[in-house]
Amino acid sequence: MSKAADCLLAVRNNMSSQTLFDKLWDSHVVSPLGDGVDLLYIDRIFLHERTGSIALKGLQEKSRALRHPENVFCTIDHIVDTLPGRGDETLMAGGKDFIQSTRASARDAGITFFDIGDARQGIVHVISPEQAIVLPGLTVICPDSHTCTQGAFGALAFGVGSTEAEHAMATGCLRLEKPKTLQILFEGKLSEGVTAKDMILYLIGKYSAAGGSGFGMEFCGDAVSALDMEARMTLCNMAVEFGAFTGMIAPDEKTIAYLEGRPYAPKGADWNRALCDWQDLESDEKANFDKKITIDAANIPPMITWGTSPGQAMALDGLVPDSSNASDPHVRQAAEKALAYMDIHPGRSLSGLAIDGAFIGSCTNSRLSDLRRAGEILKGRKVAEGVRAICVPGSSAVKRQAEAEGLDRVFTNAGFEWRESGCSMCFYAGGESFGFEQRVVTSTNRNFESRQGPRVRSHLASPETVAASAIMGHIASPKEIKDGTL
Amino acid sequence: MEPFKKITAVGAPLLRINVDTDCIIPSREMKKVSKVGLGEGLFAGWRYRGTFGRAPDPDFILNDDRYRDAQILLSGVNFGCGSSREHAVWALVEYGFKAILAPSFGGIFYNNCTRNGLLPIILAEEDISLLADWITENPQENKLVIDLVRQTVSGPEVVAFYFDISPQDKDMLLNGFDMIDVTLQREDEITAFEQRDRRIWAKLGKTQLIS
Repeated sequence: MSKAADCLLAVRNNMSSQTLFDKLWDSHVVSPLGDGVDLLYIDRIFLHERTGSIALKGLQEKSRALRHPENVFCTIDHIVDTLPGRGDETLMAGGKDFIQSTRASARDAGITFFDIGDARQGIVHVISPEQAIVLPGLTVICPDSHTCTQGAFGALAFGVGSTEAEHAMATGCLRLEKPKTLQILFEGKLSEGVTAKDMILYLIGKYSAAGGSGFGMEFCGDAVSALDMEARMTLCNMAVEFGAFTGMIAPDEKTIAYLEGRPYAPKGADWNRALCDWQDLESDEKANFDKKITIDAANIPPMITWGTSPGQAMALDGLVPDSSNASDPHVRQAAEKALAYMDIHPGRSLSGLAIDGAFIGSCTNSRLSDLRRAGEILKGRKVAEGVRAICVPGSSAVKRQAEAEGLDRVFTNAGFEWRESGCSMCFYAGGESFGFEQRVVTSTNRNFESRQGPRVRSHLASPETVAASAIMGHIASPKEIKDGTL
Repeated sequence: MEPFKKITAVGAPLLRINVDTDCIIPSREMKKVSKVGLGEGLFAGWRYRGTFGRAPDPDFILNDDRYRDAQILLSGVNFGCGSSREHAVWALVEYGFKAILAPSFGGIFYNNCTRNGLLPIILAEEDISLLADWITENPQENKLVIDLVRQTVSGPEVVAFYFDISPQDKDMLLNGFDMIDVTLQREDEITAFEQRDRRIWAKLGKTQLIS
């Protein structure tokens, strides 16, 4: 943590043994409600047109006022088209209703609204950090499961349902049982070509999609500190795919450098006071986590999913696991169903499997650094014939920055579609999708059945792997291209 | 919301692990800004033939006449994982489900259940298997009895299983409380917290946001 600010407090109780999660939680307890439930203060609420619209409507129907409309923000990202020249009309039938209802409700509620065409518009978990709406030490919620992304800033950020979003808007609080704490320690150094996406897929692959169930997680260790802020967001983004309540990373110099000067970051004397306050936002040396998992970062290979749960992940150059001998019959059955759905076979390699689609986007991997890394692979190369390749920048700001440095041309020259920002085909809302039973390599977070379109077969991977596969026309490692095989 | 009463009902075992909310209600079935009209889309990808069709797939358990009028769903670990969409719960409730039994639940889904009168019950995998086997013998006869006051799941032929639930959730379900009203009664405490916290708020620049 930066010592730049002249902090007077810095009196730390050496006996303290709190985790970062405990500190964030405890500092927001309005009242204990008994039996382990706390009334927890919520600093920021973010909404989008998919699930926020119904929350705003719910409040309106009961004539309930928002306690602090100035702390509530809303974007349009989920249903809006990402094609050039878009408006309220959507390829999804009825999508216009969601957009217009959200706009009208947002106006009536007096909240800050990032509309289509607003320079600040984008995917909620991309724009909240861009605007510094999320800050270290804050509680942030959104009726969106990937709100954990924002834990990368040392905030207590988590997804909720629409009813809970209503509750928070009306009362400023949520009634919650405090989860247990889990430390994920990534020791050592990542191998070259291994990314934050590979780290989280490795974790979920090893400990299952329910491995973090009931825990507030903190990612620690040298391999985490070494990540830039955008990669940290990728890591925290999939905490929910591990079943966790949320994920978080203690703020450090990189966090501060990222936030300083952004629109909603504190300014002047407030900024210096904030820096002092954030100094304590780390787990104490003697902190007691309820559980710890240690991973040697050097052991993590580039990863890809083979099945229909993020837990069904494997090394990109490995073989599809044979689950026929799994001791748990449910795991075995799930694997059998997934193999049939994905039309793949145990004991075989995924590498070389022909693909129909390649998608770079989503709150997981659509930020400038993601596009730059993918762009390095695409530069001067062409997407294989028959592969539909799409890039959807995570925010209008990312899109502008990418265009300013010519990345858009790298993508379009390679044969990628270059889109307006939004969630796009990370999920199928009823409009645009990849075709029936098409195989897609995707930088998104969910490989669920039909997630990206009816019967679409999604393989989750890093943007680099998506780019390399798009070029090769089959599942491929960036290494294959960099080694000059193409 | 409807208070949860003791129920005696048909159970339907859907013993898959990681049943995600995309499977419970595909996004394409969320057509309006509304909490109603979602029951038909429940499990649409598994329940109907073809993507947009409505012809029942006879292989799906809820289309099996032996499980007609099922109000209790039995499933595998991590039920309701994935997207936060509360539509999954609204769809289950509209279809007629009153309780879900699983060894574990997606965290957001679990809270969404209790806020909508749907009782999520955590039981050990082997206990659920035992109940499922017994139900399967004769689903319409071998009904489960769920008693929230006593926190038990039982049938006439099997032992009662005790389940844990937090007192807050139990209270909310039994009384059908709207928790916003309940929390608003703590207005003084919330205001006191905001005033107590004002010094810290200033540090975080929150003064920009709150007058």
